[in-house]
Amino acid sequence: MDADLINGLYIVAFVLFIVGLRLLRGPRTALRGNQVAAVGMAIAVVATLLQDGVGDFGLIALGLAIGTAVGIPSARAVKMTAMPQMVALFNGVGGGAVALIAYAEFREAGGDLPLEELIPILFAAVIGAISFWGSNVAFLKLQELTKARPKIPPILNAGLLAIAVGLSAGIASGAEAEWVFLGVLVAASLLGVLAVFPIGGADMPVVISTLNAFTGLSAAAAGLALDNIALIVAGMLVGASGSILTKQMADAMNRSIGNVFFGGFGAGGTALASGPGEGDEDRTVRSTSAADVAIQLSYAERVVIVPGYGMAVAQAQRTVADLASELERRGIDVTYAIHPVAGRMPGHMNVLLAEADVPYDRLKEMDEANGEFGRTDVSLVIGANDVTNPAARTVTDSPIYGMPILDVDKSSSVVVLKRSMSSGFAGIDNPLFYAENTSLLFGDAKASVGDVLAEVHSL
Amino acid sequence: MDLVTELAILCLAAFVGFEVISKVPNTLHTPLMSGTNAIHGIVLLGGLLVIGPADGVINDVLLVIAIAFGTINVIGGFLVTDRMLAMFKGKKEGGGGGR
Repeated sequence: MDADLINGLYIVAFVLFIVGLRLLRGPRTALRGNQVAAVGMAIAVVATLLQDGVGDFGLIALGLAIGTAVGIPSARAVKMTAMPQMVALFNGVGGGAVALIAYAEFREAGGDLPLEELIPILFAAVIGAISFWGSNVAFLKLQELTKARPKIPPILNAGLLAIAVGLSAGIASGAEAEWVFLGVLVAASLLGVLAVFPIGGADMPVVISTLNAFTGLSAAAAGLALDNIALIVAGMLVGASGSILTKQMADAMNRSIGNVFFGGFGAGGTALASGPGEGDEDRTVRSTSAADVAIQLSYAERVVIVPGYGMAVAQAQRTVADLASELERRGIDVTYAIHPVAGRMPGHMNVLLAEADVPYDRLKEMDEANGEFGRTDVSLVIGANDVTNPAARTVTDSPIYGMPILDVDKSSSVVVLKRSMSSGFAGIDNPLFYAENTSLLFGDAKASVGDVLAEVHSL
Repeated sequence: MDLVTELAILCLAAFVGFEVISKVPNTLHTPLMSGTNAIHGIVLLGGLLVIGPADGVINDVLLVIAIAFGTINVIGGFLVTDRMLAMFKGKKEGGGGGR
């Protein structure tokens, strides 16, 4: 079919992507935004199938059928709490697709490609492979299939990157052998695995967002190689927006992206060396009971709930919402304070609470929430740790010093629901737990909240 | 299309991407990441374009896998985002008032 018409359809497609992204900025319009973008994608796919020279429709149908058969059930079945790892997987297969396409294109040409195609293909292969393997490791970590956090010397990663770039340069300057290209893919894959493996779960939001941007960039590179305007625009849109999102998240933790990937929380011994100078004398924690918490809550005027990853793990969001509406029925003002990096994905808590039918105007972002802790009677911390750690304000040698936190310690009393006395993902002791106005309720978050709710009912 | 035109488009797309995403409420970070994640499933087009001209069993296998991967990325990505965003809609108390 006429190339101008195809490109016209591509333009319609990426206009729809941009409109869709714009609509995704507001809670009210977001659902429509996603649908608009999906329509754009459908148009882009149909336009491509109509293009001259596109053939092997049997194999295309096979690939589409496999992808549909895998994609639809897994997207339907996944629980909201498992959403971060699902997004990681979807991102990974995207990166894998780019790497495979780049490899096939290189094989097809026998390595004999003009430089303006070869360079983007090599870039796509390297970034795609990093994204694929990095995302899969992120999935393993989020699914808690591995807790290993080996220490990888940065020199090893730098070496792998040097190998990938060096072999790429070899190809670009004339080497046509297939093993060189395979070497590039292997080095990039290893780099993807080793770069993500040492990173703790708390930093996964930044990792997934970075890899999301990577896959977008690699798609744009593939677009340059294949002379496809839809790939260039859509890939770059994601590459740019993903980078901005990554930066917003890293800013929320007061850390640079480089710091997340190379050192930081995962840096072994230093992580435990927080605040040895102060607070050591009074290290008793006050354990409390569900009945006491229920009484505290019932006599409060303002309650702020601070959810964290523990709420997601225990799938306690509905029970939490039930408790909140029961308290509201008694005239108590209940809001939720959401730290930008609470959970394992930015906005993770918002999604879970939305699932539990919590109206989103009850959810306060960090700046707004921090203004109100001073006149809050009870802060109920449910499975959150590092994002409430006052050491971030005071202990200059703490690994999280300078990270903006929720100032729960400023409320009259704090109740922390925890599974055990272990430290958070960052592996840092939390002075909040030893503070005078803090009491701890140990146990599974869902069971604990359920107990408190039952006690409130019986009051 | 010549390389310079393509690079110009690339640059402009980057700025659009930056502008469109700045200042998104935290509430929507996850759906937004998931939505942009679905959009880079556009790599599917690459597989569709290359598989026709490609010769040989290995290339065909590689590209069928690539198309399947791309399809999973697109379909899974959009569906998952849709499920998440559907929960933000139609809240009781008239969607939390007019704010």
